[in-house]
Amino acid sequence: MLAFVIQRVAQSVLVLLVVGLVAFSMFRFVGDPIDNMLGQERTQADIDRLRTTLGLDQPFVVQYVKFLGGAVQGNFGVSYRQGRPVSDILMERAPATLELAAVSGFLAISIGIGLGVFTAIRRDGWAANTIMSLSLIGVSLPTFLIGILLIYLFSVELGWLPSFGRGDTVRIGGWTTGFLTESGLKALILPSITLGLYQMTLIMRLVRSEMLEVLRQDYIRFARARGLRDRAVNFRHALKNTLVPVITVTGLQLGSIIAFAIITETVFQWPGVGLLFINAIQFVDIPVMAAYLMLISVMFVGINLIVDLLYFSIDPRLRADRTKAH
Amino acid sequence: MTGPILSIRNLTVEIPTRHGILRPVDGISYDIGRGEILGIVGESGAGKSMAGNAVIDLLSPPAHIAGGEIWVNGTRIDQLKGDAMRRLRGKEIGMVFQDPLTSLNPLLRIGDQLTETILAHLPLSRAQAKDRAIKALDEVGIPGATERINSYPHEFSGGMRQRVVIALALCAEPSLIIADEPTTALDVSVQAQIIALLKALCRNRGTAVMLITHDMGVIAEAADRVAVMYAGKLAELGAVRDVLGAPRHPYTDGLMGSTPLASRGKARLHQIPGAMPALDNLPQGCAFHPRCPYAQSICKTQMPTLADGDGAACFFPLPHTAEVA
Ligand SMILES: Nc1ncnc2c1ncn2[C@@H]1O[C@H](COP(=O)(O)OP(=O)(O)OP(=O)(O)O)[C@@H](O)[C@H]1O
Ligand SMILES: [Mg+2]
Repeated sequence: MLAFVIQRVAQSVLVLLVVGLVAFSMFRFVGDPIDNMLGQERTQADIDRLRTTLGLDQPFVVQYVKFLGGAVQGNFGVSYRQGRPVSDILMERAPATLELAAVSGFLAISIGIGLGVFTAIRRDGWAANTIMSLSLIGVSLPTFLIGILLIYLFSVELGWLPSFGRGDTVRIGGWTTGFLTESGLKALILPSITLGLYQMTLIMRLVRSEMLEVLRQDYIRFARARGLRDRAVNFRHALKNTLVPVITVTGLQLGSIIAFAIITETVFQWPGVGLLFINAIQFVDIPVMAAYLMLISVMFVGINLIVDLLYFSIDPRLRADRTKAH
Repeated sequence: MTGPILSIRNLTVEIPTRHGILRPVDGISYDIGRGEILGIVGESGAGKSMAGNAVIDLLSPPAHIAGGEIWVNGTRIDQLKGDAMRRLRGKEIGMVFQDPLTSLNPLLRIGDQLTETILAHLPLSRAQAKDRAIKALDEVGIPGATERINSYPHEFSGGMRQRVVIALALCAEPSLIIADEPTTALDVSVQAQIIALLKALCRNRGTAVMLITHDMGVIAEAADRVAVMYAGKLAELGAVRDVLGAPRHPYTDGLMGSTPLASRGKARLHQIPGAMPALDNLPQGCAFHPRCPYAQSICKTQMPTLADGDGAACFFPLPHTAEVA
């Protein structure tokens, strides 16, 4: 078990190193930041001075190692555009994205699993069939379209919910939260639905098909034959056995919720890191882009690691095989 | 109480299909008394499992009970639904499936599977249920039951798992056990042990057993009475000694001939020619007549019936002494 964890952590580090290389390469190959940072009236001396300050005159490998060293300490350099440390900017923006992603992820998982179980148990009922048909919409409509439709309906026509922004936020330490004000909560509704809908339908359809498969198994029949209550059979016996594949996909989907936040944040002008990234692209603000890339990959890798550990806690067979193997 | 534990009357199971209604079980009747083991034999597809599943109400739709009556301990159960039926499962009627590798939930400790079953039926505390679970494992011959209760199914061998399955089926002390080919998936070396265990446990508790099997050897070893099924109907019913010693239905005779029985020594094995007809293509009259060496014209038009109680559903039951002479 421990050996497995170490192995996975090592793999994760390797992945991060590669992503780091890609992020770092942007500095070298996407234009020359000096051009953007200095105005028209620059002298060669200005250019050289800036190059030395930014460390751009050093060999590639040295720069890469420095970049990594900085990244590990959360130091991604200075934004070309805002002239402030990238880490400060990210810290300001991260709460908005993380809160949005957390609400979306929670909705996607809880509703997705709930509806998946429901549609599997009531396989041929009209409610289950209706849900299944509707879910096709969730899978096939692009995110931005869903967002625009929701805005049109709930903000423009009905006027119930705000169409952009985070509403009022409360600052707690270094974290700004929208959870504590009414306008903050209201502002979360449409973006989190937009962001989580695709993942929700995906999880629902996956849970449903896994559940149908598990319900056919002998141990489910045997559980029924022993007179266990439906609730115990469906949730204790069946749902638990669907979790391993569901967790795999759910983990990946949570990662993509954070990544796809770019689109939702753009549609709703949500002041998170996704919007920051889009703006950074427009201005070729490479430190910000690189930091964003690293941040996303750290989350992906972290989620994957958690998923692997969850397997162990769910499936005793994995625990056994691993301990035997080592 | 002296009545039978299980009493089936004219039980019919139907499956509606696009090509019409199939009857995998067609009007069978038998009783199983307290502590009695009734063996059910017949070729694959004869309807043995369907009949067992019908009793415990676990037919998979669209199969359903279409007629007849099922009585357990003097109560009619074939019309019970939902929670009323659930209470009987495990408590009055236990079931053992064929494959112990797939019968146990791989993610739950066997102790948890036992206690949840016990708690579903008996008014006990968790601690009491756990004690009972340990006792149940002990009774089926699992060494070190106190520790093994915390093991997962994959930590047991096939034979041991089938013991666990039997413990699960018996832990709420049902008065009837339906064992659907309980040894078919097991290693030959442990088959006899499992049959002996099942037999001993049920004898001690007076549990009635419906023992479904392909194996005439198992019947000879364990059963008191035997029901021979063919194409959804009972071909023959009687005490094991009578049926195996002097089969009256030509199908039973053929079935015995194709089974290597110790008592028959090196007797030549002869296969029954042909195969059992498909349910959607049953012949007129006796379903066995196309394969029967003794079939007469009446067999092709009329369906022989099984007289109440023991006997064979055949117009010309064996032995055919007259013909031989
Ligand atoms: N859904 C279905 N549609 C049509 N026919 C079915 C269906 N399910 C089962 N049958 C048929 O019902 C018959 C009885 O099946 P059953 O499982 O009871 O046989 P069995 O005697 O237990 O055989 P085995 O020894 O192989 O277990 C078989 O002929 C099978 O083909
Ligand atoms: Mg069967």
